[in-house]
Amino acid sequence: MAAGVRPELFQQRRRPVWELLVDRGFQKLVVLLAAVVGLVLLGILITVMGGAREAISRFGLSFLTTSNWDPVGEHYGAFTAIYGTVVSSLLALLIAVPLGVGTAIFLTENIIPLPIRQVLGLMVELLAAIPSVVLGLWGIFVMEPFLRPGLNSLHQLLGWLPFFSTTPQGPGMAPAVLILVVMILPIITAISRDSLLQVPQALRQAAYGVGTTRWGAIAHVILPAAVSGITGGVMLALGRAMGETMAVTMLIGNSNNFSLSLLAPGNTISSMLANQFGEADGLQVSALMYAALVLMLLTLVVNLIAQQIVRRLSLKY
Amino acid sequence: MTTYPRGSLTLRRSLARNRWNQLFTAIAGLFTAVAVLPLVVVIGYVLFKGGSMLSLQLLTQLPPPPGLDGGGIGNAILGTLIVTLVAAAIAVPVGVGAGVYLAEFAAGGGFSRFVRFGTNVLAGVPSIICGVFVYGLIVSTRLFLGQSYSALAGGIALAVLMLPTVIKTTDEALKLVPQELRWGAMGVGASRFVTITRVTLPAAFSPIATGVVLAIARAAGETAPLIFTALFSFYWPQGLFNPIASMSVLIYNFAIMPYEAQIALAWASSFVLVVMILLANLLARWLGRISSS
Repeated sequence: MAAGVRPELFQQRRRPVWELLVDRGFQKLVVLLAAVVGLVLLGILITVMGGAREAISRFGLSFLTTSNWDPVGEHYGAFTAIYGTVVSSLLALLIAVPLGVGTAIFLTENIIPLPIRQVLGLMVELLAAIPSVVLGLWGIFVMEPFLRPGLNSLHQLLGWLPFFSTTPQGPGMAPAVLILVVMILPIITAISRDSLLQVPQALRQAAYGVGTTRWGAIAHVILPAAVSGITGGVMLALGRAMGETMAVTMLIGNSNNFSLSLLAPGNTISSMLANQFGEADGLQVSALMYAALVLMLLTLVVNLIAQQIVRRLSLKY
Repeated sequence: MTTYPRGSLTLRRSLARNRWNQLFTAIAGLFTAVAVLPLVVVIGYVLFKGGSMLSLQLLTQLPPPPGLDGGGIGNAILGTLIVTLVAAAIAVPVGVGAGVYLAEFAAGGGFSRFVRFGTNVLAGVPSIICGVFVYGLIVSTRLFLGQSYSALAGGIALAVLMLPTVIKTTDEALKLVPQELRWGAMGVGASRFVTITRVTLPAAFSPIATGVVLAIARAAGETAPLIFTALFSFYWPQGLFNPIASMSVLIYNFAIMPYEAQIALAWASSFVLVVMILLANLLARWLGRISSS
């Protein structure tokens, strides 16, 4: 046998018991930690549903359709807040989608030099990092006073429409929608940008090769190829907008009186929770939990649809 | 130099389609400017209004009672650090563990699909609902030492918020580790535990660290889960079982007060918070760059 070869090294080694135990214990531990996710979800569901039980049995489905919020008379209806949640997020989407997708196109197609595009992209991403309470502070003291003359003239011009029928007096639905736009713009831009970047370069080259213009290629080739990712991102942004709390609470005015006017103060479910939960007791807590349950179901449905869209619509090249 | 005759192949700017092309490019450029504008304006205002207040007194003193001048936000800065650390101390081990399960042990069965699905659902739960959950679970039941509002409750609410991010980044980072590394470790006789803790996790360290830093930065700015769990306090932090101040709740509470001094403190607090969060974001980017080089 050659010198230096040590056959004992090549013999099968029995794994010591402690090693097996550590291995098995480690596996059990990570399974347990993974199960925490399920426990937390279950806990959220049980807490919110349990808290809401009293209000559910008392008001039933009429909670969703009446807008009378009366802690003294102990009668609660969350229609104003539900309407506010849905309308503010949809309006914010209506503004943020063209802006976000347009920005994403500008940052992915070869219009300006790459370094400038990277800096602009970084800036949009950093916008997402600014806490919502800081945006709310800025909204109260800078954006809203700046907008008021514009909203006033809007009221004078279009006051005959029910949507602009009240005089703007500071906080209201319109400033809240605009701050929501600022908050969801980075999400839509980032996800649209990622989906546009994933469109194969060959598709672009083929489109230009048959002689289309840049926007011909974007409208007929690139956007259709990226549409699944963009739609998924838009739905995620919708879910985020519905749950967004602080900036909206600071700007929407927190009024439970239902008004069609966008210039009047309103409410969303999350702003109502932020405002009243700390000081509520008895049936009001239960009514707020019921509203929280509605919000949870709304965002859950939107997020599930978003995941389905991304899974179903993804194109195979 | 040769000149070419104008023909069908030269660009004619006057063509309708070329005009439309330019118009749309201009619109997209305008949209980009509009999208970048809020960042510039918000950061500008926060730096200008808050930065002018920056002083040693601001960083080390307690906020004054409503209506009085002076004071600082020392307790809120400390409080934000404490609550965020508590959140990270809970969310990072649990999240990394769950991520390790998904990437290393999950065989694609029902449980792993449920965990993935649950992580996605949890990521979409509005932050205020996390606050409601912890309020119902801990605050209203006085679970800890009979205390209602506490720093610990606030930390747990933030941890719920951070958890999905940490799980997802760990899962994705571990999946990027080449399979050969695992085979190599197994080949020299390492156990599963040693392979994961000494080989795979270190190889995925920098993307995981990036995700964790981003999650912490996001949690530090969150307000909604804290307003009825950690509440607020005008005093220095008194342990984990008492209400605690935080910068984000301070901004919310003081912004709606009718006093100039309090509003000024809200701006100052925004300044400190935004600077901390932007620095954390840059740190995360730097950590991410180490991994790619």
